[in-house]
Amino acid sequence: MAGRALPGFGLSIGVTLAWLGLIVLIPLAALALKPWELGAAGIWAVLTQERVAAALRLSFGAALLAALASLPVGLLLAWVITRYRFAGRKLLDALVDLPFALPTAVAGLALTALFATNGWFGEPLAAWFGWRIAYTPAGVAVALFFVALPFVVRTVEPVLRDLAADAEEAAATLGATRAQTVLRVILPALAPALLTGFGLGFARAVGEYGSVIFIAGNMPMVSEIAPLLIVVQLEQFNYAAAAAIGLAMLLLSFALLLALAGLRLALRRNAA
Amino acid sequence: MRRPTEDAPWLRALLIGLAVLVAVLVFLAPLAIVFVEALRRGVQPALAALADPDAMAAVRLTLLVAAISVPVNAVGGVAAAWAVAKHDFPGKRLLVVLIELPFSVSPVISGLVYVLLFGAQGYLGPWLREHDIQIIFALPGLVLATVFVTFPFVARTLIPLMQEQGREEEEAAATLGAGGLVTLWRVTLPNVKWALLAGVLLCNARAMGEFGAVSVVSGHVRGQTNTMPLHVEILYNEYMFVGAFAVAALLALLGLLTLGAKALLEWLTARPLRGVA
Repeated sequence: MAGRALPGFGLSIGVTLAWLGLIVLIPLAALALKPWELGAAGIWAVLTQERVAAALRLSFGAALLAALASLPVGLLLAWVITRYRFAGRKLLDALVDLPFALPTAVAGLALTALFATNGWFGEPLAAWFGWRIAYTPAGVAVALFFVALPFVVRTVEPVLRDLAADAEEAAATLGATRAQTVLRVILPALAPALLTGFGLGFARAVGEYGSVIFIAGNMPMVSEIAPLLIVVQLEQFNYAAAAAIGLAMLLLSFALLLALAGLRLALRRNAA
Repeated sequence: MRRPTEDAPWLRALLIGLAVLVAVLVFLAPLAIVFVEALRRGVQPALAALADPDAMAAVRLTLLVAAISVPVNAVGGVAAAWAVAKHDFPGKRLLVVLIELPFSVSPVISGLVYVLLFGAQGYLGPWLREHDIQIIFALPGLVLATVFVTFPFVARTLIPLMQEQGREEEEAAATLGAGGLVTLWRVTLPNVKWALLAGVLLCNARAMGEFGAVSVVSGHVRGQTNTMPLHVEILYNEYMFVGAFAVAALLALLGLLTLGAKALLEWLTARPLRGVA
């Protein structure tokens, strides 16, 4: 245990609580309170409107899909960055942070230009496969994949780096093939980190706005995301309805994150 | 002979090739197309779009919003990190979770919460109107929304480092009679200066690039409440593509500079700093 208490606790905790309370807690309390002006039945009516339900389905569905797709691709990037030495590795590593550093509106514009029917990706995809990505729900998923991918790479990377080489060596010495070692030793050890990365990527993707609205086309019932619907409700001064959608989104994604945390705990217990 | 824990050369080459392909398609192409589209008609039109009075006003407003928001979160973040890392108190875990909370909140909701408080039909709306104070659709709203979305950056870069460094130096300073502020200024901050700088830079990049949260509280008045990312959207919706991509390219450069600075600071401190989000 450390010695006696250091001075300055009162001031620092005071500043911290004032900062946290004024900026985060009081405003979030307003979000928790406002929907109830509609009553429970009114909130239910808002959330079950066809257009709202469709938007929530799209936001959560596309975010789950994007986070899922990020798992194998993120694992590949993390594996190559941590396990191999080659020219350009540092650059590859730095590029992974790009979605974090690029303002969302810029990413949105760029992805739209790439996937438009005359874009670098959109044109060949349309010509070869007849796929349209921009202005469809697929465009939403593509944008969310861009947003979620770095989270998986950055959570898996440190675990992969620290994974004890002796476990792998032991498995190999005991006659395991490389494939068995990867499947039975490495992947289980990475599972908690993969789950965490999945959760972080999903949480970010489900609320994402700027990267999505340019490429989505925003057709009601088809390619309209839930955050956009909040904006639409606010423009019509339906504050309580906007808050109801916002609160539902927050609670749904917290419930999912909690479930992931439970799963991670169960994994750890199994491993122990 | 190949060690049993190494992958076959062909597999290695295949995986590296795939990873490079992913990086080019997913990360490099979006970055490249921003600059290609901005310079589609040459350098002159792109520069002209940036020199436009509305664009200049957007740049000024973005700088102003960041200049207010970043120091607020720097002071709050240092205070929080100092409290969490150098003191013991009940509820510490909860405090850290709450500090990180804004990262799991949609940007649109981050703007929405302030409209619910300060908007025309918000809880404080009538009182604000009586006293002729405007927060939403004005600078204070833009600043509040920006402070919310950039809230955790400084705290979360500092907390793990300050916890690692322990409390011995601070305890020695306290034994010599130094007060809290002097200890913080003379002992703690010099030990974490590069991490603090990194946190501030990341916070600043997000503050200048934020779109969703400020979009909700801005009102989109050209030349008045339009930040750079919002100006990109307006130009794009008016089919002024060169202008939209020129402003977007400027924002992309800011992001690249921030990444470069972060890499430099990681090299200086010889440790990975916690990621951007």
